[in-house]
Amino acid sequence: MRVAILSDIHANREALDAVLGVVRTQAPDQLVLLGDLVGYGPDPAYVVEKAADLVEGGASCITGNHDEAVVAGRTDMTENARAAMEWTRKRLVAAHFDFLAHLPLSFRSEDRLYVHASAERPEKWLYVRDAEAAERCLSSSDARFIFCGHTHIPAIYYALPERRPIHFSPLGNVAAPLSELRRHLVVVGAVGQPRDGNPAACFALLDTDRHEVTMVRVPYDHAETTRKIEAAGLPAWLGMRLKIGR
Amino acid sequence: MERFEAGVSIDGFELVEKLPSGGMAALWRAKNPKFDFPLLLKIPFLDPGGDVSVILGFEAEELILKRLSGPHVPRFAASGGLAKVPFIAMEFVAGSGLSDGAGRAPLPPDQVVRIGAEIATALAALHRQKVIHLDLKPENVILAERGAVLLDFGLSRHAELPDLLGEESSVPMGTPAYIAPEQVLGERSDPASDLFALGCILYQLVTGEEPFGRPATLAGMKRRLYHAPKPPRDIDKTIPRWLEAIILRCMEVDRSKRYGEAAHVLSDLRNPDQVVVARRRAPSDAGAWGAIRNFLRRPDEKSLVGKAANSGSKAGPPIVLAAVDLANGSDALAGEVLSETARVLAAREDSRLACVTVLKTEIIAETPSVDESGRLVYLQRLVALKDWARPLHLPEDRISYHALEAVSPADAILSYAERNDVGHIVVGARSSSAIRRHLGSVSTKVVARALCSVSVVRLKVVEEQMRESP
Repeated sequence: MRVAILSDIHANREALDAVLGVVRTQAPDQLVLLGDLVGYGPDPAYVVEKAADLVEGGASCITGNHDEAVVAGRTDMTENARAAMEWTRKRLVAAHFDFLAHLPLSFRSEDRLYVHASAERPEKWLYVRDAEAAERCLSSSDARFIFCGHTHIPAIYYALPERRPIHFSPLGNVAAPLSELRRHLVVVGAVGQPRDGNPAACFALLDTDRHEVTMVRVPYDHAETTRKIEAAGLPAWLGMRLKIGR
Repeated sequence: MERFEAGVSIDGFELVEKLPSGGMAALWRAKNPKFDFPLLLKIPFLDPGGDVSVILGFEAEELILKRLSGPHVPRFAASGGLAKVPFIAMEFVAGSGLSDGAGRAPLPPDQVVRIGAEIATALAALHRQKVIHLDLKPENVILAERGAVLLDFGLSRHAELPDLLGEESSVPMGTPAYIAPEQVLGERSDPASDLFALGCILYQLVTGEEPFGRPATLAGMKRRLYHAPKPPRDIDKTIPRWLEAIILRCMEVDRSKRYGEAAHVLSDLRNPDQVVVARRRAPSDAGAWGAIRNFLRRPDEKSLVGKAANSGSKAGPPIVLAAVDLANGSDALAGEVLSETARVLAAREDSRLACVTVLKTEIIAETPSVDESGRLVYLQRLVALKDWARPLHLPEDRISYHALEAVSPADAILSYAERNDVGHIVVGARSSSAIRRHLGSVSTKVVARALCSVSVVRLKVVEEQMRESP
């Protein structure tokens, strides 16, 4: 069975369309959207509608901290995120809010748990950035595989019982092995705002038969997204970072 | 623990005969009609509460072996998970184990050179697939008809995969007699570590002695950082100087002095007359005073092993072959081939150049060089070749010269490239002519059949006033 996992789309239409083009050619058995559909980017309505269509077609979608903030009108965020959030709220209509408000915090399928941030306390939106955080995340669930996003930096943590998980930075487009001996925490890179130095959009492709997961990198027209961000009057850094992938 | 006996079937593999094995796993000859090659089943000893390194080694080998291909590794067939019976099924490779050879050492130098070239070829193929063996020793080498086959990837490292084994362990992993100094310090990412082990093996084969014995402690293994082994010729004066030089260069502690590429070891073993034999340096730790001074100033261990010298295949080809036609002296095209060669070589500091020119013969004479005039032509061509390459100013350990006698220049170039693991060929192409279009040119054939990259150099616009070669 093959599963495509898309995280942190962040209202980036160009990145999402490019990624969905590749997903179509891969024809996975399952599609999971891992949260943060909106925030930062200039096309929130388009992305929410697209996500709703995909869910209609059988995909699963969970919520992220930006989705929650937009619904709740929360303001405890970084300045850029808050500015983008306030801008986003004005671009969405009731149906969009309704879709976002009904997304679950996590989703379990067989031995796989999908959650936007750490599984430790999903509603606290904790980052998994080191082995300690990964250990706490893994100990919060009995799933053999946990998939999360939120950091925008792809990583895989390999865990054996009683031992600290081992961190690995998966290379783009190179299948990373999943071990039968271990449990795994896979941090999926971002579709709409990569921060690992590679500006190409990232999504994860899991193959349960081959015991592999691949961080697929998809170049897209980030210049166009940046142009839209500027035209919309969103903070300039939000466009700049798409170009450098930071 | 489950008992296995002949006739038992595991996942479609029928156990046939138990083979002698080490302490980590049982080895069985096996049958399975799904595979058209002889099979070996490796079943790790997984006792509950047993050593976790057995599991980790099994995991590493399964991970790496199934990603490897080519004649120098056993073919991967299948593997079984831990849920049922963990096993790795692979090709059973027929041939003689190198440990037999090591048992008969010292071996004649020419035989050691042959074995060394086979192992270097296998290592070059392994390293090209981004894998470092990290436990090279006679027990893990089979000399088969198809060349050396490397076994046991339980300690190996793949550059693009997580190093689960290395991350779990803080103690050095390897075999004390052959482990490289940087591996003793915990580094597991330099292909040159395998070349150190190769040096130890060749040392043992040619002298009959293990260069470092078999230290049982970490301190014992660390001795190799400070104390060089006795030079092979101190044990046996009949060992050629050039072979000693190759072995000692494999065994350099400082990686800036060690070979960085298996292909370079191969090239030296194949071209002994071109090996630079340095006058033996006075050992730096000579005398009691030296020893005390070294002890007092004991430098940082990491600095002793230097940085990984290997700039990697990403940087450029380790060996470049420049094929130049000097039948009519050095002409404009030869000049262009030289310029292009310089550009390819510039990609990395340690790249080597093999300059090749072909002496065309109508037929292959029995012993062409016995003929006095033939010998003269050969030497003249070699002189011309050296003169052609002179503007590159390459130090002598980076360049070799080969005037090959052959009926077909393209075949000679291709065969040299294949035998010496050449990574890039630079060849000139004459401008088109009716006869060349009809018969096909040397460069066309080289491009069509080479196993590596080829640069074809052609003079731009200027009409060549070339005579058709016969």
